[in-house]
Amino acid sequence: MSSLTSLPSATDVASAWVLLDALTDPEIPVVSLRELGILRDVRAGDAGLEVVITPTYSGCPAMGQIEDDVKALLQAHGLQGHVVTQLAPAWTTDWMSETAKDKLRAYGIAPPHACASSGTGAASVVQFAARGAKPEVVNCPQCGSANTTETSHFGSTACKALYRCLACMEPFDYFKPY
Amino acid sequence: MNAPTEYLLHLADNALILGQRNAEWCGHGPILEEDIALSNNSLDLIGQARMLYQHAAETQGGGATEDTLAYFRDVPDFRNYTLCELPHTPLMSATAQGDRDFAMTMARNFLYSSLMVLVWDQLQNSKDAILAAIAAKSLKEVRYHLRHSRDWLVRLGDGTDESHAKAQAALDQLIPYTQEFWAVSPHEAAALANGTGIDMAALQNDWNQIVNEALQEATLKRPADGGFVPTGKQGIHSEHLGFVLAEMQSLARSHPQATW
Repeated sequence: MSSLTSLPSATDVASAWVLLDALTDPEIPVVSLRELGILRDVRAGDAGLEVVITPTYSGCPAMGQIEDDVKALLQAHGLQGHVVTQLAPAWTTDWMSETAKDKLRAYGIAPPHACASSGTGAASVVQFAARGAKPEVVNCPQCGSANTTETSHFGSTACKALYRCLACMEPFDYFKPY
Repeated sequence: MNAPTEYLLHLADNALILGQRNAEWCGHGPILEEDIALSNNSLDLIGQARMLYQHAAETQGGGATEDTLAYFRDVPDFRNYTLCELPHTPLMSATAQGDRDFAMTMARNFLYSSLMVLVWDQLQNSKDAILAAIAAKSLKEVRYHLRHSRDWLVRLGDGTDESHAKAQAALDQLIPYTQEFWAVSPHEAAALANGTGIDMAALQNDWNQIVNEALQEATLKRPADGGFVPTGKQGIHSEHLGFVLAEMQSLARSHPQATW
């Protein structure tokens, strides 16, 4: 444990990583911030540990909660540190680990497709909504069927869309590519 | 290198004022899904505005914060396009408090999003590194806004006689306001000159293509350009912005030291 006056040691950084690894998203409590790609780095800075996070959607209200959770966790374990918000490179759902995607599916949320393969996450600006473009197939996280339909582009949180499975008839959330 | 403060405020004010307008649908959406969609849209726009205000506040200095910029400036200080501040009411509505018209909301979101996919894409190369980072994030969000509003424009335009008529009326009213996109203001010229801004004129062909393709698919007619060119981004606004600010700023001004 560091004292308030000394610079954080490599041990502090390592123990902070272990602690923060367990910290989950406030909205989706089955995946960790690290798995989601929100937690970018933990490093030793001049004023204690620097925990680097990157915002997801610009207006995501969970970001304030995430910062508070990180601070509270460090404090509870006697670690001196602060949160640094980093905008670039912009967060993308492509950073989400396969483990995280499996956990989302098990939780009932269809995980995001790769940005390059999806209509709206794609790099092309002008042509993304080309006429006759086939909507991407999102498999139902409950029964696995590909026979699903989008109810709404926007869901209960900024990062999700609403879908409905036409096979098992269950509604579900789709984590949109970003 | 930082972009000129006025230029950052122009981008921020566009997002904040349109975000505030779209938030008027919260609890009043025609169906639950659209209520949620428009609230999500607002959340994105207000989030973009916050990042831009934080950056503008640092650029400006002198104790400015995101809150002083959003809540303690008055109508002539705002630099948003006039398009963003118009009410959701159709042209011949008796008062600004008339019924919200969903076609107006969707047509405006479509016209603005069609522009901003191009603007944010270009601003990713801004010499202002923070603005470039904000642009990269905003681009991802505005793509969804464009997809949403474009889908609705086609659905309304190529829908029933009534929805077609309402969508056409909305376009007839709003398209003339888009002329402001291309009338270069001093702060846009300054931003272009120091490499932090972009050449708006270079986007006009792409914007026309996005708009014309959607209108064709929606069986809607594009009204002719011409007439008055609005001047909101230079601080000379329509009569509507004052009402938007009065509602948006009243809480912060009544309780200036309040914290959550």
